[in-house]
Amino acid sequence: MASWIDYTINGLIIGNIYALLAVGLALIFGVSRLINFAHGSVYLVGAYAGFVATTMLGLPLPVTFVLVVAVGALLGLVIERFGLRPLQGYAHIAPLLATIGISFVLDQLVQLTFAATPRALPSDLLDKRFQLGSGTIGALDLVIAAVGLTSAGLLYYFLRFTQLGWAVRATAQDRDAAQQMGVDVNAVNRTVFVIASGLGAVSGLLVGMYYNYIDPAMSFQATLKGVVAQVVGGVGNVPGAIAGSLLLGLVESYGIALFGTSYRNLFAFVLLVVVLVLRPNGLFASARQTPPEPMTGTFIAPSKPFALSPRVLIGITIALALLPAVYPDPYIMQTFSNAWLYGMLGLSLTLIAGTVGMISLGHAALLAIGGYASALLALNFGIPVGFTILLAGVITAALGTILVFPSFRLRGHYFSIATLAVGEIVSLVILNWEGLTRGPIGLSAIPPLSLFGVELESAQSVYWFTLAVLVVLALLQFRLLSSHLGRVLRAMRDDDVAARSYGIRLDRYKALAFAFGSFAAGISGGITAHLYSYINHETFNAQLSILALTIVILGGMGNVTGAVVGSVLLIGLPEVFRVAAEYRVLIYGVVLLLLVRFRPQGLFGTV
Amino acid sequence: MTDTLLALEGINTFYGPVQAHFDLNLTVGRGQIVCLLGGNASGKSTTMKIILGLVKPQSGTVRFDGQPINGLTTPQIVRRGVGSVPEARRLFGDMSVRENLLMGAFARKDRAAVTQDLDKVLTQFPKLAERLNQRAGTLSGGEQQMVAMARALMGRPKLICMDEPTMGLSPLWVDRVLELIAAINHDGTTVFMVEQNASLALEIAHHAYVLQTGRIVLDGPAAELRADPRIRDAYLGGQEAA
Repeated sequence: MASWIDYTINGLIIGNIYALLAVGLALIFGVSRLINFAHGSVYLVGAYAGFVATTMLGLPLPVTFVLVVAVGALLGLVIERFGLRPLQGYAHIAPLLATIGISFVLDQLVQLTFAATPRALPSDLLDKRFQLGSGTIGALDLVIAAVGLTSAGLLYYFLRFTQLGWAVRATAQDRDAAQQMGVDVNAVNRTVFVIASGLGAVSGLLVGMYYNYIDPAMSFQATLKGVVAQVVGGVGNVPGAIAGSLLLGLVESYGIALFGTSYRNLFAFVLLVVVLVLRPNGLFASARQTPPEPMTGTFIAPSKPFALSPRVLIGITIALALLPAVYPDPYIMQTFSNAWLYGMLGLSLTLIAGTVGMISLGHAALLAIGGYASALLALNFGIPVGFTILLAGVITAALGTILVFPSFRLRGHYFSIATLAVGEIVSLVILNWEGLTRGPIGLSAIPPLSLFGVELESAQSVYWFTLAVLVVLALLQFRLLSSHLGRVLRAMRDDDVAARSYGIRLDRYKALAFAFGSFAAGISGGITAHLYSYINHETFNAQLSILALTIVILGGMGNVTGAVVGSVLLIGLPEVFRVAAEYRVLIYGVVLLLLVRFRPQGLFGTV
Repeated sequence: MTDTLLALEGINTFYGPVQAHFDLNLTVGRGQIVCLLGGNASGKSTTMKIILGLVKPQSGTVRFDGQPINGLTTPQIVRRGVGSVPEARRLFGDMSVRENLLMGAFARKDRAAVTQDLDKVLTQFPKLAERLNQRAGTLSGGEQQMVAMARALMGRPKLICMDEPTMGLSPLWVDRVLELIAAINHDGTTVFMVEQNASLALEIAHHAYVLQTGRIVLDGPAAELRADPRIRDAYLGGQEAA
């Protein structure tokens, strides 16, 4: 009995911390229809600012709090200025991608400054505990609760009774009308970012103190939790965000009590997907619908695609195929093979995100499914490796499509969030299903790549194999795009209502496209597993999903040639110039930011 | 001739490659009701948006009270004394009627006078006094139109721009809205309104312009236009209209 009280208190405290994050996300979404993916980075910076203030400078806690809020608020201003303001009038997905780019940059800067190793954030409050009935409550718990309640109270007062607060609410409800009342919506945006980021930074500080542990990887998880809490409560709904956060905290806490710590996030994301599919407006939404989002993935700068003539393409392919004969440097071979593997992933995503307009943020999960499928088939059943890869493609096509199928009716942001959640769920299932996947230990001694019993030992043979697979997949995709089917897919992207009224069954075509794309990704994952010989649940992480998206945007959404070139540029070039891994992520973030801002149609144009 | 409060001079507007206005000129005299008539896609609403600074013309000048305002942002223009009743009312549906009305006075700094104006507006629109704490989104269309007009008055504007104030209202409410517009004007506020419903608008307007695919094709005192056969043919269902 005692433990249940403890778990409840724990859940509410964690929920309180999530609420500080989610409220900010809700405010920002309300005013600017943006899901701020840099929010977790603000939280991260808040935690490290707290670390610097308490541990390095030895400042007292109240001063630390003020400092952390100030740092967060300042960062909020910067994000609004560079992530949002320049992108006014762009498609809604553009600022979202920009904030992803900003978060890459911020996280990486923190990691470069403080190293990737975790730090302790000790606090005297942690050890003081009071008896409460049959359970206990800590002094820190009380501080967290007090911060949460005070913030909620201040926020309520601000929104209800101050002029600027009214302006925030009015802007959230009708931006144009608010302007016509004399509201400076840019000032409102700034205000909201300052408040949200101040709260987010405090949240980071509190979490650091609560677990006495901070590390640069905490950022992305925080964004995800904030998003989950917000969607559960209803996107853009401030009281809903608080309720959703507390619910999420409790669900996680009870989940841990029943199943163990490694299930915590699984519960969070399953809750997210269930809410998205069944109640996309959140559990607490009134009958009132959220305004339908303007078109889905039409992150489209309408542009004339720059098409290489078939002759040039054939010429380049032949030149590439001959490369190992003239220049068999193993390092170069390996780099290009890697680029071809990412190229397959790019083909997959450019079809789904570009041609069909469903921006998937969980594409790495398809690699993971393909990788595990091929490796397990070879390990457990002794099926020859070449064949397992083909099977892995088929399995990924089926499983990937089934997992995302319920989300097909979602649009725009909502679909992206759902895929993000599905991606996390796949990775968490791999972690927890020890009977099949060997859980956290991962799969080792995966048989090396071979074809018809012949092992592909040399770097050249791997190069040829991956290039050949890529070329075949690219040809299939060219064929698909020029067919009747390709036209239907583009029609769905451009106007799904019109497409439906012509009798097109959206779900089926989306499933078809998703299956085709998943097949390519599964093949890529399968080959990768045999090349690495060891994989675990973190081999194909969310960062990879974002990298895939960057590749696709760089090449031009929907553009087959572009996806391959994008992969060569983003995977191959940093490798050739031997850029250190941590700077690579920084580069990816900056590239994404610059692309969204200056060349949304990518190098080769959208198709 | 009364002196000019608002003047649009040589306005050319583009939406991408599409030109919405061709050398548009019109003036609104102080204290008048001026009406801009036109069918769908004639550029009426765009004219409103240009006055309010929501759309920027490629060339031409918008002059308000003698000063050019086309370089200013919407909030700055509102502060100069331009109020608006947007198309389809655009209330803040989740805020109370009272909050909506006070949002109308957002740009004003004289808090005491705002409170007085709230009382004044409520005597003018007694129906709203009963609904003060109700969410604006729950009102009927006609009541929402009242709120939108009262909200615009709360800013003490010199000019109120109304975009199709009678759209989507029942005939009963249409008459009341027109009476109210005339009353507002009688109290000294200049009104510029965009309408499709020409016959009704011409009843209360002093002067009217007819816009057709971005060009002013006809203008004159409302009384003359009412009798003009071209107007009758185009908007009032003359004999030839089929």
